[in-house]
Amino acid sequence: MVSLAIAPSPRPLRLVRHSFALAKRSLIKTWRTPEALIDVTLQPVLFLVLFVYIFGGAISGNTHDYLQFLLPGILAQTIATGCISIGVNLNTDMEKGIFDRFRSLPIPRAAPLLGAVLGDIVRYVIVTAVTVGFGYILGFRVTTNFFEALAGCALAVLFALCLSWMPVFVGMKVRTPGAVQGMMFALILPLSFASSVFVSPTTLPGWMQAFVKVNPLTHLVGAMRGLFLGTPIGNHIWWTLAWCAGFVVVFMPLALRAYRKKV
Amino acid sequence: MTSELIIEAVGLQKHFGATKALQGVDLAVRRGTVLGVLGPNGAGKTTVVRILSTLLTPDAGSARIAGYDVVRDAEKVRQKIGLTGQYASVDEDLTGRQNLELFGTLLELGRAGSRKRATELLEWFDLSDAANRVAKTYSGGMRRRLDLAASLVGSPDVIFLDEPTTGLDPSKREDMWDVVRQLVSNGSTVLLTTQYLEEADALADEITVIDHGRVIAHDTPEGLKRVVGGLTLEVRPAEPGDLPRAAEILTKVSSGTKADEIRRGVLAVPVADDSAMTEAVSWLAAAKIPVTELSLHLPSLDEVFFTLTGPKSNTKKEEVAV
Repeated sequence: MVSLAIAPSPRPLRLVRHSFALAKRSLIKTWRTPEALIDVTLQPVLFLVLFVYIFGGAISGNTHDYLQFLLPGILAQTIATGCISIGVNLNTDMEKGIFDRFRSLPIPRAAPLLGAVLGDIVRYVIVTAVTVGFGYILGFRVTTNFFEALAGCALAVLFALCLSWMPVFVGMKVRTPGAVQGMMFALILPLSFASSVFVSPTTLPGWMQAFVKVNPLTHLVGAMRGLFLGTPIGNHIWWTLAWCAGFVVVFMPLALRAYRKKV
Repeated sequence: MTSELIIEAVGLQKHFGATKALQGVDLAVRRGTVLGVLGPNGAGKTTVVRILSTLLTPDAGSARIAGYDVVRDAEKVRQKIGLTGQYASVDEDLTGRQNLELFGTLLELGRAGSRKRATELLEWFDLSDAANRVAKTYSGGMRRRLDLAASLVGSPDVIFLDEPTTGLDPSKREDMWDVVRQLVSNGSTVLLTTQYLEEADALADEITVIDHGRVIAHDTPEGLKRVVGGLTLEVRPAEPGDLPRAAEILTKVSSGTKADEIRRGVLAVPVADDSAMTEAVSWLAAAKIPVTELSLHLPSLDEVFFTLTGPKSNTKKEEVAV
C-alpha cells in the first residue's frame, strides 16, 4: 500500500480546519438528538412564565415592568446553565473509544475540545433566539435599536463560549457525567441568584452586595439591559469582556492539560 | 522484501499505581508481517498497544515505529499508524460515511479525497448499503468493520488491532481474518492482540506470548505449537461400546501415543498435523465405528500457559482473571 503523502500545513491553520470538522461532528450529534436541546429551549420559556407571573406583581408592581427587567437576566442564566452540558457530553464521550481514535490521529491535541466548544455556538444562538422570541410574545420590547440589541445577544453568546471552558475542564477532571452536572450546577446556581438577574441588588445585605458586584453574571446582565433597554451601562461591557478573557485564559489551558493527561 | 524492523520496542515498563502492567516488554516486527500478541485478560496486551500508538507514555523503555520514537516523535508516529481498539471507536451518532469522511478531513485528504476514500472503504467492508445509516443501528460485526475501516482511512503503514474478533461469532471472525490477510498482502504491517491461539496461528507470522506484563515466549506459530504440543484430535463414538476399538485406532493415528478419555465418551489423542483427521476418518469407517463428533483442536490459551509457565503461574492467572 502506498502511503498517502500527508502534506503538513501550518499548525494554526490545521487547528482551525480540524476544529471546524469536529464542530460539524457535534452539530450533527445535536441534530440527531434534539431532546438534548431542552435545557436551551424549554427552560427559558418555563423560567420566564413562572418568574414573570409569580413574582412580577410582587417585585415590580406589574408583570410587564418585571418582564422588561427579567428577560436579559433569564437569558444570562440559561446561557450559563446551558454551558453545563458540554462538560457532561465530553465526559461521556471520553469513556467511548472515539477519543482514543482522535488521540491516535496526527491532529493538534486541542482540536477535539475546540471543536466541541465551537459546535455549541448553535445551542447558544438557539437559547438567545428562544428567550428573546418568547419574551416578545409575552410583551417584552427592546427600547434601544436593533443593532444594540443584536450586540447584546452577541455578547451573551460570546460569554457562553468563554464560560464553557470551565465545564470542559471539570468534564476532563471529574469521573462521572453526573458529577460534572452536580458540580457545575452548584457553581452556576449561586452565580445566577446572587446577582442582578432576578432583583435589583440594593435590598441585599452588604456582604452579598459585595459578591454581586464582582459576579460576572451581574456584569453580563447589566450590559444586556443597557443594550436592550438603554439603562445606564457603566463599565458592564468591559467587565463582561474581562471576565470572558479570564475564563479562557484560566480554564482553556487547564482543560487542555487535563485532556492530555487523561488516559 | 527487506527484513527492516518497522516496530521495535525495548524494555517497555508501565505502572498504574501499584499495578505493574508491563515489566519490561520487548517486541520486534518486520515490515509487511503480522505479529500476534497472545495473552489472557490483564496480561498487558492493551497497554502495549496503547504505548505503541502514542496514547500512553511508558515509564521506562522505548519504542520506535518506522524509525520514529513513540514519545519524542509522537506526531510522526501518528501519521504512520491506524488503531482499532478493543471496543468500536467510531461516533455512534454519525453515519458510517460521516465517520469515515470526518477522519478523512482530519487526515488532510481534502473534501473530494475524503469522499472517495470513504466510498472505497465502505465498498471494501461491505457497508455500502448501510453507509447512510447511523452507526448506532449497526450490528456488532458491522460496527467492528466500520471501526477497522476508520483506522484505514489514512492508508497507514502499521495497523494495530486490539482483539479484533473478541465477541464476534465464528463466521464473522473468519471474515475479519480475511481482511487482515488482505491488509498484509497490500503491504501493511499488522500487530494484533488476541486471546486465541487459533487466531494467532491463522494470521501471524510470529507470535509473542505475554503474561503478567512480561514476554514469556516468542516464536513462529509452528515453533510455538511444537513447544506447547500441537494439535489434539477428539472423537466421540456413537456407541460407548466402541470406545476401546476407537481408542486403538486413534493410538495408531497418533503413531503410538495412547488415546485418553478426556470427557465421558470422548477420546483425545495428540496428532502431528491436519492429515491425521482424514486418516482417522477412513480407519474408523473401515472398522465400521460410527462417530457423532470428530474435531481437531489447537491447544487452548490455558494449555499454552500451562505449558509455558507451569501450574503455579496458571493459578495466579486465574486469580487475576477474577
